[in-house]
Amino acid sequence: MSLLVVENATRRFGSLVAVDAVSMSVAPGELRAIIGPNGAGKTTFFNLISGFFPPTSGRILFSGADITRLSAERRVGMGMARTFQITEIFPELTVRENLRIAVEVATGLRRSPWLRRRANAQIRERIEVLLDMGGLTPKADRLVGELPHGDQRTAEIMMALALKPRLLLLDEPTAGMGDQETHDITQLIRRLHRDQQLTIVLIEHDMRVVFHLADRITVLAEGAVLGEGTPNEIARDERVQAAYLGKAA
Amino acid sequence: MKRVPAVAWTGVIWLLLLTMPYWMNAVGGYTELATRVLVLGLAAMSLNFLLGFTGVLSFGHAAYFGLGAYGAAMTIKYLVPSTPLAILVGVATGTLAAMVIGAVIARLRGVYFAMVTIAFGQVFYFIAFRWNSVTGGDDGVTGWKRQALDLGLAKIDLLGNDKAFYYFVLACFAIAVTLMWLLLRSPFGRTLLAIRENERRARFLGVPVERHIWLSFVISCCFVSLAGTLYALLSNFTDPRALRWDQSGNFVIMAVLGGMRSFWGPLIGAAIFVVLQDYVSSHTENWMSFIGLFFVLVVLFFPRGVLGILRRRGMA
Repeated sequence: MSLLVVENATRRFGSLVAVDAVSMSVAPGELRAIIGPNGAGKTTFFNLISGFFPPTSGRILFSGADITRLSAERRVGMGMARTFQITEIFPELTVRENLRIAVEVATGLRRSPWLRRRANAQIRERIEVLLDMGGLTPKADRLVGELPHGDQRTAEIMMALALKPRLLLLDEPTAGMGDQETHDITQLIRRLHRDQQLTIVLIEHDMRVVFHLADRITVLAEGAVLGEGTPNEIARDERVQAAYLGKAA
Repeated sequence: MKRVPAVAWTGVIWLLLLTMPYWMNAVGGYTELATRVLVLGLAAMSLNFLLGFTGVLSFGHAAYFGLGAYGAAMTIKYLVPSTPLAILVGVATGTLAAMVIGAVIARLRGVYFAMVTIAFGQVFYFIAFRWNSVTGGDDGVTGWKRQALDLGLAKIDLLGNDKAFYYFVLACFAIAVTLMWLLLRSPFGRTLLAIRENERRARFLGVPVERHIWLSFVISCCFVSLAGTLYALLSNFTDPRALRWDQSGNFVIMAVLGGMRSFWGPLIGAAIFVVLQDYVSSHTENWMSFIGLFFVLVVLFFPRGVLGILRRRGMA
């Protein structure tokens, strides 16, 4: 059964149709890349999946349940985590504090006015694991807003992972990164996918990253699906080449 | 300069508060002035729970301060001559109003939130001002006095002994401030910081932002109405000015003056405000313009407030 199913999702802003009857289904453990030229509606589509705003029409199912009208925070509770094109973190808190908030909320402690010693020990442990996974341990006590761009992006991904998601949505994880940073984050995503069988949907402009990582690719153009398939199929698809890859080449 | 740890700083503040009635006279003050610092300090710190640690600006906290004051005054005048009961009724009144109003406004942000809090505040002001038969209108609730505290074994005279009343207020202050401090260090408190820092990220970590802003608003108003009850007990009197918008503005000024990113900042701000008011108003009626000037200078040159300056110098 598919983990995520989008059926004919449409989103209008006034007379503009940003997402036009898009359907997509993602299997558990799959890594799906969404590509398309600027203004293709990729981020709007992401916002529909993650509940930033509801679709004008169409349905969204997450592990069989209809979540079309569910709030963003309820979707997070069901196991959906996302990052943003422009990094969204808590800049004036340290990396460790950023992760702590995420871990505590994920542990169901968000409304707790106290913290038991044992729970606190488990939370600390989990924070260390996440810091280590993202290679952020040496920078754990620095304000995250002062770190280089790449580290901030990594911290955001680690916060999403702190939620133990069943579906991870990454909006242009390598945006604005240098070669080394892009390589590091690509390796990180690859490990999450290969080692932890995490289901990931990502939007990405860097084609090296896309073809290196993706199991399947969905191509959007002008709000609609232009094609979908394995990286090989997409690379050979003439319509996709004409609309998108051709321009890049 | 070497950094003084936060614990030492907190210790100094508690020591000063514990001994204040004994040195206040020596520096030209009096015990009632010390009590005013505590009461308004508590109000400013309560406002700052919402302003500094949740990132939500309320310009109508005097409404709940005033409801606490009226609740306490009218309890003693009309219901039961008991100081603890007056406090309970006052706090319950302010908190209940905050629960209802908070539910209406928790979706609003920024300027809209601030404007609507002023509007609700003015509603209560006009009720107190116009409903002569119940609230005494412009004259306020007069003809009552705070009652002695009956502890069973001993009776503490809060009315005649102003030092005893100071320590009673300090006890209430200590309970409220400790509760706020514990809350801010809890997982719940950290979700409030998360909302202040980045509402979008907080939401996408699974924090129901509106509900937490509501909770923070209600907690903040609960403590500000406690300050309101103590304010009425301090002067054995309350009138509509306690819930007017300029009182709300004073709380914001105290918080910003002292430093809204620090826990104790608003207390320092309140102390400066109260002392300056007391000192300058004995020389000129235009004391507010001096406070205004001082406020503008602090905001322009030290946006983190007075405590922020000390922090940067490594003294705190």
